Amino acid sequence: MPKSGAQILLECLVREGVEALFGYPGGAIIDIYDQLPNYPLKHILVRHEQGAVHMADGYARASGKVGCALVTSGPGATNAVTGIANAYLDSIPLVVITGQVPTALIGNDAFQEVDIVGITRPCTKHNFLVKDLESLPLIIRRAFHLARTGRPGPVLVDVPKDIQQKKMAFKFPSDSAVAMRSYNPTVQPNKQQLKKAVGLLLGAKRPIIYAGGGIISSNASDPLAWLARTLQIPVTCTLMGLGCFPGEDPLFLGMLGMHGTYAANMAITNSDVMLAVGARFDDRVTGKLATFAPHAKIIHVDIDPTSIRKNVRVDVPVVADCRLALEGLKEIVESRLAEKDWVAVHAPWLGQCKDWATQHPLTWKENGGIKPQYVVDAIYRLSKGQAIISTEVGQNQMWAAQFYKYNTPRTLLTSGGLGTMGFGLPAAIGAQIAFPDKLVVDVAGDGSIQMNIQELITAVCNKLPVKVVILNNGYLGMVRQWQELFYAKNYCGTCMDAQPDFVALAKAYGAVGLRATTKEEVEPVLEEAFRTPNTVIVDVRVEREENVYPMIPAGASLTEMLLV
Amino acid sequence: MRHVLSVLVENEPGVLSRISGLFSGRGFNIETLNVGPTLEEGVSVMTITTTGDDQIIEQIIKQLRKLVTVIKVVDLTELTSVELEMMLLKVHAEDAKKAEIFRLLDVFRCKIVDVGQDDIIVEATGDHDKLRALVTLLQRYGIKEMARTGAVALKRSLQLD
Repeated sequence: MPKSGAQILLECLVREGVEALFGYPGGAIIDIYDQLPNYPLKHILVRHEQGAVHMADGYARASGKVGCALVTSGPGATNAVTGIANAYLDSIPLVVITGQVPTALIGNDAFQEVDIVGITRPCTKHNFLVKDLESLPLIIRRAFHLARTGRPGPVLVDVPKDIQQKKMAFKFPSDSAVAMRSYNPTVQPNKQQLKKAVGLLLGAKRPIIYAGGGIISSNASDPLAWLARTLQIPVTCTLMGLGCFPGEDPLFLGMLGMHGTYAANMAITNSDVMLAVGARFDDRVTGKLATFAPHAKIIHVDIDPTSIRKNVRVDVPVVADCRLALEGLKEIVESRLAEKDWVAVHAPWLGQCKDWATQHPLTWKENGGIKPQYVVDAIYRLSKGQAIISTEVGQNQMWAAQFYKYNTPRTLLTSGGLGTMGFGLPAAIGAQIAFPDKLVVDVAGDGSIQMNIQELITAVCNKLPVKVVILNNGYLGMVRQWQELFYAKNYCGTCMDAQPDFVALAKAYGAVGLRATTKEEVEPVLEEAFRTPNTVIVDVRVEREENVYPMIPAGASLTEMLLV
Repeated sequence: MRHVLSVLVENEPGVLSRISGLFSGRGFNIETLNVGPTLEEGVSVMTITTTGDDQIIEQIIKQLRKLVTVIKVVDLTELTSVELEMMLLKVHAEDAKKAEIFRLLDVFRCKIVDVGQDDIIVEATGDHDKLRALVTLLQRYGIKEMARTGAVALKRSLQLD
């Protein structure tokens, strides 16, 4: 029996393994919504399309599956763009379906028409405009294939209304049809390069592993841990990599870069061999390039060839899936294990790293008020490190990165590349959809949370017990910190002390609102929040002008850290 | 340094914009860009001339290869290749100067494809240097308009050192 484009699309989604669909209807997508109840897809009705894409993103980060969002044409599609760009910069697999005006009207400035394929070209891994119904099934299959293979990323499929309505006999395209001659990511590492890499690693006196989000997206934590522990190599992670190596492991030095630990930045600077895996030497990580890891021979493993030698010189490039590359390294290292006593060989270097960590650990100074770092630390202790943490962007994000120890992958969901305020709440909702029984906490700021606060109702009406902990300082804190340190305390535009009553707001949305105004109240209030089976907002009135330290001023060297 | 890249692409709507967007979005230069069909239906070849140091050229090639619609990228600068460009020039040519101009065009093996009252249209084909020399020499008579195809290039079958 012939099926409509809308039916075909939904059947393809089901067969691609989609379980949850985050969306918002509109005129150009109504035909798909019309068929939606007939398919085993859980639809989460959002309140803004940006929220839909961030939810799909949070779902994908937490579960490792492809996230899927469904929005209408025009403003629905443009509202989704920030979410798409966010996923693109963090290499998160998404398929975003946008409705489009009927084919005959395309290009006529029709009502709610926008060239979303043109707009999202630079912020998607790839995108498609479906021009005829016959190509729809293959395009959907290819969209999922592109999103989840190689370096993952968002793929957008723009489906005109007439194509959703047209009918044809449907056959699900075979796997062989999905392959594209122009798309062949290199996943298998080159053996010779791996041998060279092992040669460098085993000859090193001061080796370091610099691990990024690629470890998480390729599920490479096990071989990474094996390599680090067997050869006794200290590990530092990027913001995107946190959780890929246990935060409590003695070999873990913490995050590196602008707000990284003293130990991590000193170890990078003094290392003689660096194994960079699934990371891209972002400017927030390297600081001044000329003085970044000046003594290190660099081995760089990444699935994306463009990441290699983009910012730094590399001695041994390895283009491959991080897991396959690390397993390959493991195999070669195993055959040479007997050569030395690695614990003894690297003991002096690890001792040095430990000294740096003791000299300047991550810490804060108590002064009677509520320190935001203390709040994150309390969340860590009370959740026993078992929560999924999402963050907004700014100081809240950096404190969440520094003071919560992530022991397993996919437990920190944060907007690393784009730095999107308003990401945390919808991402937490997406994660809670993927893991209904887990504790999901959005560590928020009072500025960021207001950027997608409307999604509170999405959490409430879907009975999602997401906890939002607002580190409320009445400022856009990170920008204020820059103004304090580099702009002569000219706090222009950053004081946001005019704000809603977050407790009353929570209640208005049907959530639970709690507040802590003294340090003594913090733990009991958090305990209550975590016990409550509802959506909760916790408004924590923290010290207003607390800064994130260590800090490396933009463009300075990793050793030029401002410390607590 | 100037590089000539031969880029084989799936001829889909938007492919040109993907490539030009890549150059503009990442701050790479495009000196010339030529697109045309190949013998295989649905596949086009783009010849792009661009400039940059080794690291930039390496990034350009990698970024082009990363595009899902790009089948193959070859840097012809590293190989022996034939590179030609065609241009049309409308040159100011009053009667007194015509003979002189015609002699010059003869040396460059150009064709005169149109003659007006006080100007002519010249068709010239050649490599980058020849065309540059021709334009320089004709400028003293006055070039009214110019249209160029951008370079097209093919790798030579015999790659002799």
